[in-house]
Amino acid sequence: MSAATEVIGGPDLLTTTEQHAWRRMMTRQYLIRILILVNFALGIYYLSWRYAASINWDYWPLALALLAAETYSFIDACLFGSSMWRWHRRIGSPAKQGDETVDVLICCYNEPVELVRETAEAALRLKHPSRVYICDDGNNPEMRAMAAEIGSGYLTRSAAWQGQDRHAKAGNLINALEQTEGDFLLILDADQVVLPEILDETLGYFRDPKVAFVQTPQWFKNVPEGDPFGSQAPLFYGPIQEAKDGWNAAFFCGSNAVLRREALSHIGLVNYVRDLRRQLQAILNEATRRLNQVERDLDRRGDLELLAAVRALREPIAEARHGLNSGVPLAELTYRFQRQAQASARSIVDADLASIARDLNDIPGLEDLGDVTDRLTALLEDPEAADRLTSRQASPLQAIAEIRELLLRVDVDRAFEATAIMPFSTISVTEDMATAMRMHALGYKSVFHSKILAHGLAPEDLRTALQQRLRWAQGTIQVMFRENPFTFPGLRLMQRLAYFSTMWTYLAGFFAPVYLLSPAVGLLFGWSPVEAWSSEFFGRLIPYLIVNQLLFIVIGWGITTWRGQQYSLALFPIWIKSVTSAFSSVFLGKKLGFVVTPKTRQGGVSLQLIRVQLICMVVLTVAVLIGLTRLVLGIGEPVPIVINVVWAVFDMILLSVVVSAAFHQPDDEQEALLEESFATLHGRAGTGGR
Amino acid sequence: MATRIGIETEQPSDGISLVRLSGRLDISSAAEVKQAFAGVVADHRNRIVVDLAGVTFIDSSGLSTLVSGLRTARQAGGDLRLAAAGAQPVALFSLTSLDQVFRLYPTVEEALDGYQGK
Repeated sequence: MSAATEVIGGPDLLTTTEQHAWRRMMTRQYLIRILILVNFALGIYYLSWRYAASINWDYWPLALALLAAETYSFIDACLFGSSMWRWHRRIGSPAKQGDETVDVLICCYNEPVELVRETAEAALRLKHPSRVYICDDGNNPEMRAMAAEIGSGYLTRSAAWQGQDRHAKAGNLINALEQTEGDFLLILDADQVVLPEILDETLGYFRDPKVAFVQTPQWFKNVPEGDPFGSQAPLFYGPIQEAKDGWNAAFFCGSNAVLRREALSHIGLVNYVRDLRRQLQAILNEATRRLNQVERDLDRRGDLELLAAVRALREPIAEARHGLNSGVPLAELTYRFQRQAQASARSIVDADLASIARDLNDIPGLEDLGDVTDRLTALLEDPEAADRLTSRQASPLQAIAEIRELLLRVDVDRAFEATAIMPFSTISVTEDMATAMRMHALGYKSVFHSKILAHGLAPEDLRTALQQRLRWAQGTIQVMFRENPFTFPGLRLMQRLAYFSTMWTYLAGFFAPVYLLSPAVGLLFGWSPVEAWSSEFFGRLIPYLIVNQLLFIVIGWGITTWRGQQYSLALFPIWIKSVTSAFSSVFLGKKLGFVVTPKTRQGGVSLQLIRVQLICMVVLTVAVLIGLTRLVLGIGEPVPIVINVVWAVFDMILLSVVVSAAFHQPDDEQEALLEESFATLHGRAGTGGR
Repeated sequence: MATRIGIETEQPSDGISLVRLSGRLDISSAAEVKQAFAGVVADHRNRIVVDLAGVTFIDSSGLSTLVSGLRTARQAGGDLRLAAAGAQPVALFSLTSLDQVFRLYPTVEEALDGYQGK
């Protein structure tokens, strides 16, 4: 299978220019494949020797740490290579049908009204007929007025969300889905100003009924010369997404994408059932554990009536657990449990009613209330009334808080969520990646359309940029922990690798310190992670490094990738924090400290933000100075010193990016522009590197 | 584990007691409430008003407790009136037609007025 099959209409139907583009693309694809294979072979050649013959056991902690880091990098290169194997670029796009109904959903929370106005006005100018909705999670009356003024729709959360978990942007979109009806949805962040032809270029892909979404790039129009914060992600919104597209694993990135409503509803339903099964499992496990405790307490208190009723619940709980494992439909399972709970409550209710009737007969002055006692006796026979007295709203079993919770939760109505069906995944702070993965798992197709069709705003200060990067990283890692692509049912192997590849890159944070500190300890203490800086070492390492860089150059041909490479190393403290905080949110139930991105540019030089990197740079500088002094004075072996100095300087060049970013000050002209349009950005531009 | 019920008794005037209940009037709090009724009757404050404003939930055992309280009060020559019941209790009274036995006073004051007029 080559990319040729993916070209729309086949190469024969292309124009001459398009045929040229197609031929160039194929050449590049073959070159990439050759380099991937050579890189893999050289990696094995180098790393096998490192494992077998180079570890310096005298300094084993450093030696093993470096080997682990190099192994991580090799796996990273393999994952990258495998996902790049089917790199292709779609040439042209299929014609749309013409009668597609589209809702444009503009998600905003607390952005300035004028910024959203520009976005909405651009959406209202779309060539393809569509309905525009500003989905305002901030419930801002000025936003509502602006929407009315320009003739855009305006949506806020419905009453059902009152007091329920709001699920941030995913919740905002779910709410909007319930209030709109178009077959397709163009989803935009508040700052994304679209070109009028975005729908004409993307709707045609949906003629294939299996296509669930079409993603287009994110491009930021306010990025200053040199891109100090690494905002543009041309590698991600170019070759990486194009390559993932080749494996039918393009990512949905939360904005600038068109989605098929039917596919969203489908994953909503499937996940509803799966989540329900999972929740029931947890609830039932918990119930069995708690029931023992409850029974002991009741026994001690001598509450024999309740004890009998609670004991009777054991069987339906066991039955429900068994049923869950053997695939009994959930509604039936929960119904049986609820019936049994009612039956156990029945004996208590019967006894109570009989006692009421007896008491009434004994009350002086009420002897003539014959019809009330008759009615009570009749109640015992009337199944509907008995039902109401034993239902979970009135059941005497409610006396036990644990059982009350159980009665409420072992059901299919999800009494604790605003809406039973969640078409956008709510398992992560970035809803987009998990949503796309669920679609792929159900056999849907995705498309990455490489043309920039919307222009947005990037953060304009380091603090905001770092917060944004942290949030994406956390979201990705949360998905890795909650719905790991390797165990998620329904994905194809290469889709699993494509998803995992992105998750794996965020783990780089743990290995970056090894690469940073290894030359420093070498220069300061003379520690060496390898036995000898021999010619064999260089003979194996240098070709590997060169081919690695060549591969990167060919893949990133024509785009600037250096900024991204710098940031992917320099932001290592952020990557580490993303993994640890996502871990505690998923496994320890801690809330992610949700950062509200500030609306105005944060002024001043923010050295506090980059203190870890600064410390590293100081240590490296001292190490280099000591190394150079030794070299001049002729103390010690010169070769290791030279290697470590070069390595340390290279590290410092990579790290320096955050220093210049921290000192970056927009000029006055830009400042004036910023005053007008400054935004909280929900958008996603991939990681620094990829 | 079981939620305890809150019981406060007051003596607005001679022979009258106001019992304020709060929380869940159910099988696990029944005994305690019955005891409270028996206590005020033994104290010759047998014209009772039960303030249900704080009661969020009532079940058949709770109803039974109130009827038994009425019996205790009447047998001692007094009475038991209910005031300020919420939606869930009212629905249960109507289901069991006990609303024909008790008059459900909207407020404690109205229930007390009846006694004072006696």
